[in-house]
Amino acid sequence: MNAERSTGPALVVERLTKRFGERTAFSDVSFTVDYGEVFGFLGPNGAGKTTTVRTLGTLIAPSSGTASVAGLPLGPDNGVAIRSRIAVMPEAPGLYLRLSVAENLAYFAGLYELTDRSERIGRALKSVGLENRADDLCRSLSKGLRQRVGLARALLTDPQVLFLDEPTSGLDPVAAREVHELIDALRKRGVTIFLTTHRLAEAERLCDRVGILNTTLRTIGRPDELRDRLFSKSIELRTRSPLADPEHVLAGLPGCESWSRAEDGTYVLAVTDPDVAAPAAARAVLAAGADLLALTPTRHSLEDVYLQMIDSDVEAEQR
Amino acid sequence: MKTSNLNLNVTRIRAVVGKEIRDYRRNRFIASTMAITPILFMIAPIVTIFSLPADAASQKLDAGIGVSLLYLTLIPALVPAVVSSYTIVGEREQGTLEPVLTTPLRREELLLGKALAAYIPTLVISYAMYGIFLACVGLFAHPNVADDIFQTGRILAQVLFTPLLAAWSIWAGIAISTRANDVRVAQQLSTLISLPPLAITSLIGFGVLAPTPRLAVVLGAALLLVDIAAGRFVARLFDRERLLTGSKA
Repeated sequence: MNAERSTGPALVVERLTKRFGERTAFSDVSFTVDYGEVFGFLGPNGAGKTTTVRTLGTLIAPSSGTASVAGLPLGPDNGVAIRSRIAVMPEAPGLYLRLSVAENLAYFAGLYELTDRSERIGRALKSVGLENRADDLCRSLSKGLRQRVGLARALLTDPQVLFLDEPTSGLDPVAAREVHELIDALRKRGVTIFLTTHRLAEAERLCDRVGILNTTLRTIGRPDELRDRLFSKSIELRTRSPLADPEHVLAGLPGCESWSRAEDGTYVLAVTDPDVAAPAAARAVLAAGADLLALTPTRHSLEDVYLQMIDSDVEAEQR
Repeated sequence: MKTSNLNLNVTRIRAVVGKEIRDYRRNRFIASTMAITPILFMIAPIVTIFSLPADAASQKLDAGIGVSLLYLTLIPALVPAVVSSYTIVGEREQGTLEPVLTTPLRREELLLGKALAAYIPTLVISYAMYGIFLACVGLFAHPNVADDIFQTGRILAQVLFTPLLAAWSIWAGIAISTRANDVRVAQQLSTLISLPPLAITSLIGFGVLAPTPRLAVVLGAALLLVDIAAGRFVARLFDRERLLTGSKA
């Protein structure tokens, strides 16, 4: 069923905007996603993530802007062709609870006109570890297992782009970890994934690149790139007792831009290159006769990046 | 890809029909509604017919038969009303509509598949009930009464109007289902809106209109046109964006 993979990026989005009357769901969003990439789309509730997925999935029409999905321009004439090349797993898996797992998948195999249905269903169930639950009614499955069935359904067609909308929303940590492992396995198979989430650890673990959306696209890049872009590198230095003259010890160290006192005996150095600054700082502290307890580079998480972006939006709104 | 002249994909329509019928069979409420309602609507006319005296005046006989046949024409109108009104709004409430809309399925294919899934059992049930009714009349009713019921015009009207009334009821139910936000409201409205076409059959049944083959064909053709127009109208009502977001495209 699935058409031959097109050349060029899997997704190209240019200045895409969606408005519902006076309300803007998302505005002026531009990005590209390459084949084989796992792209994370982060943002708070109501940021426009799901609407973006629905727009790229041809379920709703954009108000302005252009996009190409799996090599086809987004538009009403290409709706069926685009939907044949992609798969979307909405936040709620939306299974027919009175039907069995296999019957649910068979229905969708029919909608995609798959010819080798039994084989495809077997393969999809195996990839999510549900090959022994094919005959179970969906109503008898836990939330985590239903999510897995939803994922199996999305994998039936070997889609060129797989949209996962909040795939771990509402799952307990064990079920969420299982879904993470499945996504990780798909990533290793080279499946192109567009993942919306507000679980930042999930995005940091699974995504090659992330975009942070809050109606407009606030930033985009690899998680480590975003950290470097937003936060200066720093190292934290802890001594047994406060330094007598920290300015004399820490100012002007090679690779060190500035220093600040965090608490008694703890100092944070803003550095240009931790590999140069850390040994120099250690030598300086020991030369000053102090006991060095710890010297650690400060790591900013994707959560710090996210909060920085979203907080600045909140502050701007309040002004 | 198998497509018909209307550019509809038969495989996808068949998938929708198969899933719907399987889902009905597993839904006790729907299965019992589809089984019990027609039986009730068949018992009443049989009792009416058997209670008619053999020497009843022609006018009284016509009225009695008219009431009986009206009951039978209620079967194709009412049996699919509950099912068809559930089709779209029910899927919306269950959260199953969005995954279906993300597939290559066209709205016309979805609607046609859902309509056929309600239409096929409705026709089977309606004709089966009519067949049982005719058999009972032929075997047990007084010959005067039986002769009246076995008039070609009456039988033709029943045979012709059963699929047309069912089609009207189904399209009306699906139309309401695409616009309603609540299953219960959709079911109540669908039951009400399935009734107006019964006025025609009532007029025939009560002898206000002479049940001639010509009249049956003319009215049947008119109802057929209404059904075709209703099908197209329903396709226009089906707006993916409104169904998913509550906002109009």
